Amino acid sequence: MSGLVQRAVANMPVRGRSLWERENVLGSLMLTPAVLYIVLLVGFPFVFAIYLALTDATVGSPVGSFVGLDNFREIIQSRGFRTALKNTFIFTFSSQAIILILANALSMALQRDFRGKGLVTFLILLPWVAPVSLTTISWLWIFHSRFSLIDWFLRQLNLLEGNLFWLGRPDLAMIAIIIVHVWRMFPFATVILLAGHSALPKDVLESAQVDGAGFWRIFFQIRLPLLLPIMSVAVLFSTVFTFSDMTVVYVLTRGGPFDTTHVLSSMAYFRGIFGGNLSVGAAVSLFLFPVLLIAAILILRIARRAEVT
Amino acid sequence: MAVRLRKSGLRIGHALVLLVFVLFTATPFVWMLITSFKHDSDLYNPDNNPLWFNEPPTLAHWEYVFHRTPFLRWLANTTIVGLAVIVITLALALPAAYSLSRLLGRWGERLGIAIFLVYLVPPTLLFIPMARVISSLQLQNTLWSLIVVYPTITVPFSTWLLMGFFKSIPRDLEEAAMIDGCSRLGALARVILPLAVPGIITVIIFSFTLAAQEFIYGLTFVTSTAVKTVSVGVPQDMVRGDIFFWGPLMGSAFLASVPVAILYYLVLDRFIAGFTTAGAFK
Repeated sequence: MSGLVQRAVANMPVRGRSLWERENVLGSLMLTPAVLYIVLLVGFPFVFAIYLALTDATVGSPVGSFVGLDNFREIIQSRGFRTALKNTFIFTFSSQAIILILANALSMALQRDFRGKGLVTFLILLPWVAPVSLTTISWLWIFHSRFSLIDWFLRQLNLLEGNLFWLGRPDLAMIAIIIVHVWRMFPFATVILLAGHSALPKDVLESAQVDGAGFWRIFFQIRLPLLLPIMSVAVLFSTVFTFSDMTVVYVLTRGGPFDTTHVLSSMAYFRGIFGGNLSVGAAVSLFLFPVLLIAAILILRIARRAEVT
Repeated sequence: MAVRLRKSGLRIGHALVLLVFVLFTATPFVWMLITSFKHDSDLYNPDNNPLWFNEPPTLAHWEYVFHRTPFLRWLANTTIVGLAVIVITLALALPAAYSLSRLLGRWGERLGIAIFLVYLVPPTLLFIPMARVISSLQLQNTLWSLIVVYPTITVPFSTWLLMGFFKSIPRDLEEAAMIDGCSRLGALARVILPLAVPGIITVIIFSFTLAAQEFIYGLTFVTSTAVKTVSVGVPQDMVRGDIFFWGPLMGSAFLASVPVAILYYLVLDRFIAGFTTAGAFK
């Protein structure tokens, strides 16, 4: 076989190499299947989403006629959409703020070595590495209207009589959703920060310590500024995952009570798939796109800056 | 003396901080496990301590899970989808990653970043048009719908991960093999792939755990109980209206999530390296 190839190579006029051996030809051939797959199953659906959003297609009549921006106009004017848009931002940004604080504190606490560190790390990472649709069910049970674990504790402490009805009240339901988002995402931000801590220059930290700088001073004046790029990376990824998620809302509240906790993605699901109104659902989903695009651009910019230094 | 007091004080404070974090992250799992072994009469009494057994433990909920729910069917479906997704992901991502990191030069780097960004496109942006695509392919309500679509998530990230692995293998090795008479593909198969095994294992585990975790596409494409995966079947079909079977529900959620969590945890460092290098690619 290799003899054949060698003879072929010898016969080829092109720089002594067969077509197969030329890097850009072989490279393109090896890349094509993956790119083709992505174009067909990510690129095409994305364009198709824009097309659907500009028509009046439903599950019953999937080939709709062109209606321009009517869907977007109708959506923007609906109260349900504005609530969902507002909730998406509230859930995302309040959870990111809490995640940032918790991840910083925890990544500092994990700097020190102690016995059982492996187990502790595993237990802390559980919420991120376990399937979210299954673990959110346990929160459904924790927030149960009658047998809530939190309510039981509050009753033991004599802080509560009866029940709080977590998922039955709009304000508490929103807090519950934020708690679950924080619970799920802060371990992810923590491990990214841990990777950042371990990349810090040891000599700088040590000489600061020798010079008598205290814990807080080292944290705020040395660690934090040096960690800023990787911290932004952690927050940006975590923002993308939280912003586009509908699993937590779907399992916990299905948008209730009284449609007060919908987010863009859950609203898109209930109108587009559950309700069969493909065009409106697709239009609602597309509102996710600008924020995702901004996050992607920011990630690239941070990366480019890291490339320069 | 004062220094020692201060030191042990610090140590206790440190332990307390970690304890609070562990309580926050692990309590839901502990409660799932305890719930699955409690009698109904124990569970549904608001005065009982929910975190302990006020009546002796029971296996009744587990018998229910294994004999009277499609839980095992869902596990089998998850395994089938997971294995198929592994095969497709490796078939597409391995050659793509090799090509991008070794053969296409500077363009490979740029395209690699573009492919990584595809990973950030969430299912919730695409599920509605994707549902049309799936139904025009006549795949709705089959495991094939998931097998066809899940690689849209695994291929971009796996390509990126494998690119990192290939780049860490010195070029000299394959050039030496090629001088010794290997073709480039021969060098890839005999020299590079064996060295990239840790990366390939990461991709295998990542692809499998994704198939076991994904919820949104599964919810959208599959409606029959018999063709669901575990992460869709349990929250969809074991929560029926307002009647909750908390014992079996918690048991199946625990049993399906902890093995996935352990698998994922095994490759987490390499997985996270994918994100941190995306934030600082060279």
